[in-house]
Amino acid sequence: MKTNIRTRLIVIIAVLVVFVYGVFGIPRGLSGNALTQGLLSGGLFRKGIHLGLDLKGGMHLILQVKVDEAIGAETDTDVAAIQSDLQKNGISGATVSKPDANRADFIQVSGVPADHNNDVRSLLENTYSTRFDVAPGVGNTWTLTMKPTEESAAKQRALDQAIEVITSRTNTLGVSEPIIEPYQLGSYQILVELPGVDDLNRVKDVIQSTARLEAHEVIGDQPWADRQSALQALGGYVPADAELVQSVPGASANGSVGEWYELKKIPIWGGTDVRDAQPGHNPNTGEPEVDFYLTNAAGDRFATWTGANIGKYMAIVLDNRVQEVAVIKGQIRDQGNISGGGISEERVKDLSMLLRTGALPASIEFMQETTVGPSLGADSIHQGVVASIVGMVTVMAFMLIYYRGAGINADLALFLNLVILLGFLGFSGATLTLPGIAGVILTIGMGVDSNVLIFERIREELRAGKSPSAAVDQGFGHAWTTIVDTHVTTIVSAAILFIFGTGPVKGFAVTLTFGLLANLFTAVFVSRVIFDTHLSRKLHGEPISI
Amino acid sequence: MELFHDPKIDWLGKKWYFLGFSLIFSVAGLLSIFFWHGLPLDVDFRGGTVVRVKFASSPDADRIRSAVDRAGLKDARIQQPYGPVANNEVLVTLSRSATSESAIDQGRATIVNTLTQNYSSGGAQNQGKLDLDNISGSALASWLEQNDPEHLGNSPDSQSRYEAQATAAVNFRDDQHSGVIDTIDSLRGVVDPAVLIALDQNAWVSGFSVRSVEIVGAQVGKVLQHQAELATLYSLGGMLVYLWFRFELIYGVAAVVACFHDTIITVGAFSLSNQEISLTVIAAILTLIGYSMNDTIVVFDRIRENLRLSRREPLADCAGRTRNIFLQ
Repeated sequence: MKTNIRTRLIVIIAVLVVFVYGVFGIPRGLSGNALTQGLLSGGLFRKGIHLGLDLKGGMHLILQVKVDEAIGAETDTDVAAIQSDLQKNGISGATVSKPDANRADFIQVSGVPADHNNDVRSLLENTYSTRFDVAPGVGNTWTLTMKPTEESAAKQRALDQAIEVITSRTNTLGVSEPIIEPYQLGSYQILVELPGVDDLNRVKDVIQSTARLEAHEVIGDQPWADRQSALQALGGYVPADAELVQSVPGASANGSVGEWYELKKIPIWGGTDVRDAQPGHNPNTGEPEVDFYLTNAAGDRFATWTGANIGKYMAIVLDNRVQEVAVIKGQIRDQGNISGGGISEERVKDLSMLLRTGALPASIEFMQETTVGPSLGADSIHQGVVASIVGMVTVMAFMLIYYRGAGINADLALFLNLVILLGFLGFSGATLTLPGIAGVILTIGMGVDSNVLIFERIREELRAGKSPSAAVDQGFGHAWTTIVDTHVTTIVSAAILFIFGTGPVKGFAVTLTFGLLANLFTAVFVSRVIFDTHLSRKLHGEPISI
Repeated sequence: MELFHDPKIDWLGKKWYFLGFSLIFSVAGLLSIFFWHGLPLDVDFRGGTVVRVKFASSPDADRIRSAVDRAGLKDARIQQPYGPVANNEVLVTLSRSATSESAIDQGRATIVNTLTQNYSSGGAQNQGKLDLDNISGSALASWLEQNDPEHLGNSPDSQSRYEAQATAAVNFRDDQHSGVIDTIDSLRGVVDPAVLIALDQNAWVSGFSVRSVEIVGAQVGKVLQHQAELATLYSLGGMLVYLWFRFELIYGVAAVVACFHDTIITVGAFSLSNQEISLTVIAAILTLIGYSMNDTIVVFDRIRENLRLSRREPLADCAGRTRNIFLQ
């Protein structure tokens, strides 16, 4: 009996030491600062307690990637490819277009000459049927609808690419431990958590900028002052292969306000073709500019195109606004710059960063945005800690008054419960949130609950006339199954909270689960050992204080 | 010490009182949910914008309201005081219609701009100056580097020196003054004298600071609402299965009915008092489910045990006796 108790005491002390290490690591000193430092930083086998956004301050965003735009960009390229394929095969007179503006996945080839109908069919079926469903339409037309598997794959690609781009952008902002991942509750949405960020507007600008840089051929040579007159001059509608794009003020030599240009819809090179971009200065005027460089493949295409189109106008378009219009004086390979419009040094820096990290495959909308200032986080921690301590002390005092000697037992178990809970958090690196602190307080409540169950049962057995050691034995024996049942059901609801909850609520589920597990150990094992130790020092039949 | 010594209460004899009591509350709650207040949902579920602002001195809700009204946010709700009065905090809430998904941030921007223009100690004369109550640490650091009040020149050393001072000033504001400082002079001793002079000339304190912003688009809100409903139902279901396995099906059903009853009364109370249900409230309700189940199981365990001990006692007596044991 004696040795048995000693072994169990050693187990308890070992657990205490291990979890105290889990809470604080090996602190550099015993001052408050050194302990806090130890609490939050990781070490050997432990990751440190992480504070959630609501305690640390920071931003939580849910972004919608407009994946249809990515599909649109892909089918735009296909339209151009079909056009050139038809040309290569000597089929003229057919027009390739996307007739329905709301359907990015639908291409129509219309006006096919009757004698070429079979040629067109075999061309489309041979080259495009892997990605499209090719079908004949009414009156010499063919329709291509993107296959659903192909479409969802393209959307997934767009999402993955957007996550990659946003990750590299936030890295340049110097955010520590950002979370950027697909948001499972929405379709093609991204969850972004940036702890410690307080410069809301800058971060949002950086994340949201599509940074899609493209070069387009300018149709005609004169811009219009507004969209209305442009439409009038074009006879009421924009041709299917062209688009009207507004310029930033100062894009051309004489334009101090934004003007409208008619551009070829298919870019000469586009978003993913930029290899590098650096802030620089115009050698002549000294004004800030962004110098960009194209990839080899795009550079080759650009050289061929510029060589063949000397004397024509070309526009550099960024995020659907014309930045520069220039006449092509000679062959250009892989270099260019964006200046003009009184672009500022800071904008040049941000823009080169955005171009370096690459364009977003589609634009992004903010669905949800939560910002917690650092001051609120500090206050919340303070209040949470005060509430926990007050709750704990009150409960401990109650146990001492209500159960006298056995109260000490319960209080020790409760204290160990808290140490194990915090140690769990420290070892696993789980995130502590404000509802998580509520979970800690709730754990204290549950811990007391278990002790009350056991103690009441012991009292009852004592009243029934059993000896103290028999009463303790019976009390634990009977209460044990009940305690397991109650803990399992609460863990079930905590697990469901963890699966369905978001950020802060998840933190609650984590602390509650850890707390309940620790509680099973302390209420049933530790409390028992303390009782047994106490009983072993008494004479048989001597009353215990409960 | 013992509060209940050997109580002999005839629980099941008085069952009609208890049933009547819970019937009144659950029916009143349900009536309120279906015909009166409905389910008042927080922005988490409803969608909308909530901006929490702290002021240096006690804010005047009417003044804020008229300023926000003038800015065109007609349906803004202003809750003042928010929390303890001494905190000087105000909650400005915009409905979902003012939070369109294409410009989700607009409501927040309008509120902050309006407050800066109308409700700040300095007013228009401070246009273009740094607002020390709302500036971020990195922005303050880069301002100091650019203006170099200590004439350190352009060296990495000066950069780290200014960064340290900006951090110290911002931490002083956030950690010790809950995000709002009254005067620039309160930074004396926190930053170098030269920096303090530069700030005195080029900065001001607006007397308020935005503590947190929550903006939820309607779509996300709907998804969260669905999730919360699923979470509540699944946790009831999960417990039913566990109890079925541990006891008998009828015990599980009884426990789940008891839990459901507790949940209805709680949610009904929220509806009756027109209090909003947020994600945190859902977490609390799930905890309540856990606790309710906890108590039910404790009683069931004991009923089962007593049933085994005294097979001939009628169930009603046994259940009543068990409950008396539990009050002890």
